[in-house]
Amino acid sequence: MRTLDHTRKILQGERLLSIYFTAGYPSLDSTLDIASTLEKSGANFLEIGIPYSDPVADGPVIQESSQKALQNGMSLKVLFEQLKTLREHVQIPVFLMGYFNTVLQYGVEEFCAACQAVGVDGAIIPDLPLYEYEEMYQPIFEKYGISNVFLVTPQTSDERIRKIDALSTSFIYLLSSNATTGKELQVEDRSEAYFSRIKNMGLSSPIVIGFGISNRETHQKATNHANGAIVGTAFVRVLGKEQLAASDISEFIASFK
Amino acid sequence: MSKYQVDKRGYYGPFGGAYVPEMLYPNVEELQNEYLNIIQDPSFREDFVKLLKDYVGRPSPLYLAGRLSEKYGARIFLKREDLNHTGAHKINNTIGQILLAERLGKKRIIAETGAGQHGVATATVCALKGLECVVYMGEVDIERQAPNVARMKMMGATVVPATSGSKTLKDATNEALRDWINNPVDTHYIIGSVVGPHPYPDMVARFQSIISEETRKQLMEQTGSSHADHVIACVGGGSNAAGMFYHFLDDESVNIIAVEAAGHGVHSGESAATTALGREGVLHGSRSILMQTDDGQVTEPYSISAGLDYPGIGPQHAWLFQSGRATFVSATDDEAMQAGLLLTKLEGIIPAIESAHALAHLEKMTFKGDETVVICLSGRGDKDLDNYMKYFGF
Repeated sequence: MRTLDHTRKILQGERLLSIYFTAGYPSLDSTLDIASTLEKSGANFLEIGIPYSDPVADGPVIQESSQKALQNGMSLKVLFEQLKTLREHVQIPVFLMGYFNTVLQYGVEEFCAACQAVGVDGAIIPDLPLYEYEEMYQPIFEKYGISNVFLVTPQTSDERIRKIDALSTSFIYLLSSNATTGKELQVEDRSEAYFSRIKNMGLSSPIVIGFGISNRETHQKATNHANGAIVGTAFVRVLGKEQLAASDISEFIASFK
Repeated sequence: MSKYQVDKRGYYGPFGGAYVPEMLYPNVEELQNEYLNIIQDPSFREDFVKLLKDYVGRPSPLYLAGRLSEKYGARIFLKREDLNHTGAHKINNTIGQILLAERLGKKRIIAETGAGQHGVATATVCALKGLECVVYMGEVDIERQAPNVARMKMMGATVVPATSGSKTLKDATNEALRDWINNPVDTHYIIGSVVGPHPYPDMVARFQSIISEETRKQLMEQTGSSHADHVIACVGGGSNAAGMFYHFLDDESVNIIAVEAAGHGVHSGESAATTALGREGVLHGSRSILMQTDDGQVTEPYSISAGLDYPGIGPQHAWLFQSGRATFVSATDDEAMQAGLLLTKLEGIIPAIESAHALAHLEKMTFKGDETVVICLSGRGDKDLDNYMKYFGF
């Protein structure tokens, strides 16, 4: 039985490497193979993207992977079918990341129940804000033991960050800068100050930095300030290679170590 | 408080809210906290009203269309938003928002546009105020609305093509939201319709409510009563309709009719008739009614009118539809084009194809002789001449 405490303990590690990839990309049935190869290659936890037609928080690379996945026939229904055997292949924490409309149409309760049934640990839904979550959906997520992961940006106030910390049951997703996905991380004085501010707040949730992490250097810089960092666009680019091999994935992960 | 207006938390019944990623939360929160204080401030009102009068040319006439009235057997008034500077109602909102942006200390303006009218209106107010202006426009719309693209460029705006998805308004809106995420501090996003996260639907409706405010006064002057039996407007996102309906909503004896674009027919697979085809969903920051697949992917809408091919409607319209306060109908491309030509021949007014959809509904109505009808003529047809020429073979 997977528990939130177990997941949270893993996320409290150091220099964790997490990988995002889009379900159904590059091919409809590639999701589990990619997840399994990522774990064997040393990834510490995963975000599997639910493709959406209008992903406003994403840059062009992830948007194109979503469009291709939709053309391939991916949907939440298909994804949950594929994930039925997830835990036979993958032991590390897995989160689903997507936009709220797809979850709403599936049914928020049905979504949480399906996550629990297949062993998904939580969800990252960037356009489901704190207020709407608290007002409408928190009891449902709690009923099924599914973590809802909140984002924090350089503009988020300390007061709001403390509230997010209190509501978080897995990790806080710290955006490296105010940007859509795929922008290179620039650790300037400003971001150093921002990362330090967060670190000095003494939050109880693990912090994982995302957006703009593309290589060993940026991963190291980010994890100087946080428990882990998430690589998305750079990995989705690897998946876009013609004649993708499992070794491409393991070499990519190795390049971060 | 009217039951059809936004509540304190940004909802119209179950619709509305602010479904934005955290990256946009501070921008939206700043607007939520400031917009009412700013736009209700007497000095703001003074600036807004003065610009509407001297720059836009308001009040726009309420014209009793004699020959049209004779044809349909009712007193049909046209609210002439087409006579505004820049040729459509869009300028009312952009004047309001540029004054707001100024007061918020913003240096850069972004906007999205479909038919180009909102882009032109935004480029216009940016020129007026000397602010940088970036307009996102679908690649397809850039091709079919070339004169408006030229106008925006002449006024110093940068027009950025949206190349994703259907390359139309929905995608231009996505690109503008992305720009705002990447430029959260110095940039104000002038949304052109009553869509987007709270407070946009309410803010835009308030700026457009000048349409019905004037209409009621003008009806009183011309008919001795501010009452109308029927008020009709076209709905894409729904900004002209929101303004046209605003001051009539609480008078339940007024029949409010919203006309959507049915394209080649509501069930043809090429349509933008949102209330007929859509269901509750979240897009571009608010919960409303949305055309989508079973899986929640947004459907590509179609209309001959670039200004109406949006897959959703504003949350207030969704509430007016669900509560039954307004009647939602649709008109096909063919019906709209014929109605546009009819108005041109009977009254010497070439309407925008958007507005022609509202006019088309007259064919489906029956009147007692003395009923008063007001139709919002939201824009003029100059920008659509190519379309009219191709359609009729002129």
